Amino acid sequence: MRLRRYHAEVWNEPVITEMGRSGERGIRISGAGEEIREAVGDARSYIPSKMRRGRPPRLPELSQPHVLRHFLRLSRQTLGMAVNIDIGLGTCTMKYSPIVNEDLLRLPEFADLHPLQGEETVQGILEIVHRFAAFMKEISGMDEFTFQPGGGAHGIYTNACIIRKYHEVQGELGQRDEIITTLFSHPADAACPATAGFKIISLYPDGETGLPDIEALKAAVSERTAGAMITNPEDTGIFNPRIDEFVEIVHEAGGLCAYDQANSNALFGIARAREAGFDMCHFNIHKAFSSPHGCMGPACGAVGVREELAEYLPVPVVVFDGSGYRLDYDRRHSIGRARQFHGNLEAIVRAYAWVMSLGAEGLRKVSETSILNTNYLIRRMSGARGVSMAYPKQAVRLDQVRFSLQELKEDTGVGTDDVSRRVVDFGVQEYFTSHHPWVVPEPFLPEPCETYSKEDIDRWVAIIHRICEEAYADPEIAKTAPHSQTISKIDQEMLNDPARWAMTWRAYERKHGKGE
Amino acid sequence: MYKDGEHVHPYIPNSVPEIRDEMLKEIGAGSVDELLSVIPERLRLNRALDLPEPLPAEHELRGHVERILSRNKACKEYLSFLGGGCWQHYVPAVCDEIGHRAEFVTAYAGGAYSDLGKWQAFFEFQSMMGELLEMDVVGLPTFDWGTAAGFAIRMAARMTGRGEILVPRTISPERLAVMRTFCPPEALSGHIEIEPVGYDMGTGQLDFEDLKQKLSPRTAAVYFENPSYLGFIEPQGEEISEMAHDNGSECIVGVDPISLGVLAPPAGYGADLVCGEIQPLGIHMNYGGGLGGFIASGDEAEYVAEYPLHMVSITETAREGELGFGLCTPERTLYMEREKGKDFTGTTVGLWTVVAAVYLALMGPEGMREVGEVIMERSHYAAGLLSEVEGVEVVFSPRFFKEFVVNFGTDKPVRDINEELLGHKIFGGKDISGEFPELGNSALYCVTEVHSKEDVERLAGALEEVVG
Repeated sequence: MRLRRYHAEVWNEPVITEMGRSGERGIRISGAGEEIREAVGDARSYIPSKMRRGRPPRLPELSQPHVLRHFLRLSRQTLGMAVNIDIGLGTCTMKYSPIVNEDLLRLPEFADLHPLQGEETVQGILEIVHRFAAFMKEISGMDEFTFQPGGGAHGIYTNACIIRKYHEVQGELGQRDEIITTLFSHPADAACPATAGFKIISLYPDGETGLPDIEALKAAVSERTAGAMITNPEDTGIFNPRIDEFVEIVHEAGGLCAYDQANSNALFGIARAREAGFDMCHFNIHKAFSSPHGCMGPACGAVGVREELAEYLPVPVVVFDGSGYRLDYDRRHSIGRARQFHGNLEAIVRAYAWVMSLGAEGLRKVSETSILNTNYLIRRMSGARGVSMAYPKQAVRLDQVRFSLQELKEDTGVGTDDVSRRVVDFGVQEYFTSHHPWVVPEPFLPEPCETYSKEDIDRWVAIIHRICEEAYADPEIAKTAPHSQTISKIDQEMLNDPARWAMTWRAYERKHGKGE
Repeated sequence: MYKDGEHVHPYIPNSVPEIRDEMLKEIGAGSVDELLSVIPERLRLNRALDLPEPLPAEHELRGHVERILSRNKACKEYLSFLGGGCWQHYVPAVCDEIGHRAEFVTAYAGGAYSDLGKWQAFFEFQSMMGELLEMDVVGLPTFDWGTAAGFAIRMAARMTGRGEILVPRTISPERLAVMRTFCPPEALSGHIEIEPVGYDMGTGQLDFEDLKQKLSPRTAAVYFENPSYLGFIEPQGEEISEMAHDNGSECIVGVDPISLGVLAPPAGYGADLVCGEIQPLGIHMNYGGGLGGFIASGDEAEYVAEYPLHMVSITETAREGELGFGLCTPERTLYMEREKGKDFTGTTVGLWTVVAAVYLALMGPEGMREVGEVIMERSHYAAGLLSEVEGVEVVFSPRFFKEFVVNFGTDKPVRDINEELLGHKIFGGKDISGEFPELGNSALYCVTEVHSKEDVERLAGALEEVVG
């Protein structure tokens, strides 16, 4: 396949704190008016003198067209999913976010709702939450849902808090202080329970099958087991067919099992948390459910639990009392609050509309296509020089697939970081290598979800083929990449050097003596 | 609409049967079901999902969702005086224009080159917040103020090796509940205890005697807010931070950034860590979905090392004079270190970060001063007017910003008052009689730059009818 010529927009746009001129205005705020001023006097006098701001903040002063131009240019230097073949970001499910759903959120009946309004004034949004919770119950087999958590890791943290509270109520928390996860589960499945105060045991994958070792699990469980937090399919696209046995082993030891369903895109209508025996789960609404990723949020980690754990959910929970929708604060063992108010319900409105557009048959088609696309990509990738699929004994992948560039690295010195930096020269997003530690050396992890056409996949694979061929011919091209991008290769060391790093322009000026 | 059970959907290019057949042939499988054999039968759902009939036609879908949403009463149609952690401010049109750009809406974890604009906007957010706060380090925001405060107290606990946090009793109970989820109980490692400190019933200010008594070698940090949840300004910032520092504790201040055109930045009165809410900076309330919490500090490496959040640093590139951006010390985070990373981060509020950057760029120093002053003027005008209503008393006046506590000297509970205000198409202030029983029959009223003189008069008139 012939690759298209591409070059990113280059603007050399200065940092905004360096732009504009003193006196320019981007927007004006009207004063309170004569009458109010007369009535209240100098409002600043109500601020105790030592709490008044002395010098004005050194914010930039720009007129409105220049603010607009600057940020439009920045937007055009951002390769959103909507403008590229975003197959490379495995585990992220970079799918199409329907535009009509964006329109719905911009209605004042959503955008201008205050979260403390009385229930009778927000029946519409509560109805959507309630209806969507019913969808989620059916999709997962769980009994109740909360949409408070603001992202996937936050959903996992919420589940860790529920496990913590559960054992506290049972009076066993001091004894049960260990959470088990697997190495190919998202790192948040280790980090979040650790934040909640648990010790973490990670099960490593078998070198042949890529699956976590069930014998290792048997050895790991004990009277100290609080629970397990596991992804399936794991971040390799490989489905663990003994997942129910894993759950059973943890249950027998007295632990709870939380299913990280971040990789659920290939499972709609096919396999559920309930049949595998899980007590609780979470879904990333900004991944499989089409809510856009928004440069890293706002997002939603929807948490679902079985009836026995419904008392532990954060409050409030939206319920229907026969005549209207209500906020239920009465949960005996509630963990309290995952966050203030009701969560990022923009994600829920979008996901509701997405499910309503597809229905049961459409959701099943989403998953079947995800599987079809992934296995098609594997087939097309074969023959790419220096590329191998991890765990080749497993023939089938579900939503994603982990490859290794170890051979390419050994042969040419070009590793996966170099290739990732090189793919952006062809107008596709940088790929995600995979989470650390790299058990599979020099990895990359494409996820060709249902959004991508056969031709998209062919085109993406052709880019990898081309870069690998090129690496054998002239490894310097990848090592010095990118070449057709917004900027050249960055200095990584500066980012980690306390004497040189700068998180703000003021710090940069202080350390590097730039500017005035 | 289904032809032979095949479902060609506009969102799924490869739902076309001929294309699927071509792909299956290439894979060497007879059907997708054949591929599904990797999932054992006993784990399969062997029936169709029970979901409503779909609405694949876009116009029908739009109509359906619009009809449900139309049952909501928005703060445009109704006059709202609700605040308490999410506030109605004016959202400049340019904020919406940029916040709606498909590139920003649909980007995610892309790197320094292909997503340069996102990284630069993040750095600009950090830089402008740094100017507003007069602090050198600002991280990328997390879910909300409560989460930011939760992380900040954990940072302080790690830095001091101590496990107790003192907070004023005037804190938002909801925010406190979020913070508490970040405090492991005694049975687990990293135990943190939150201890409330009393306040002066006349002014709302922190009770010094109580603070003195509660400061101990266990105290990791003293946390307080300016303006407080109840609206009043805590003027003893310097004294509190001094007491904390003398005790070897960190001083953490929570702040509403829209106040900082007129209020002193907390770094000026000794804050080591500052956190707060970015929703006022050009982000729609979205029924509470517009929140985002930031953390800021000095540039010392020991502070930077404790951030769980992503932080963007500016850097140089291979081309002379060119600047780029990247993640500072990513090995702090779970992405590199799993359970050994600092707490956790992940998908948070990137789009709101971009929008807040646009807001601060539009406002500039003059805009921030203007908005701060007009909020002071209008909210004090409102407090004055409401005080004139028989049976209405404004508590903790006159030192407040944007929000103030209104006490109703009547048997009619706030709930009923708000119910009746609804008849006037007014959302009354948040009922805090349950949260702060010692303040009696009270509500928290919020007045911002969006409230005109007429709006405030309308409220006073309605209250006269309802309370009188």
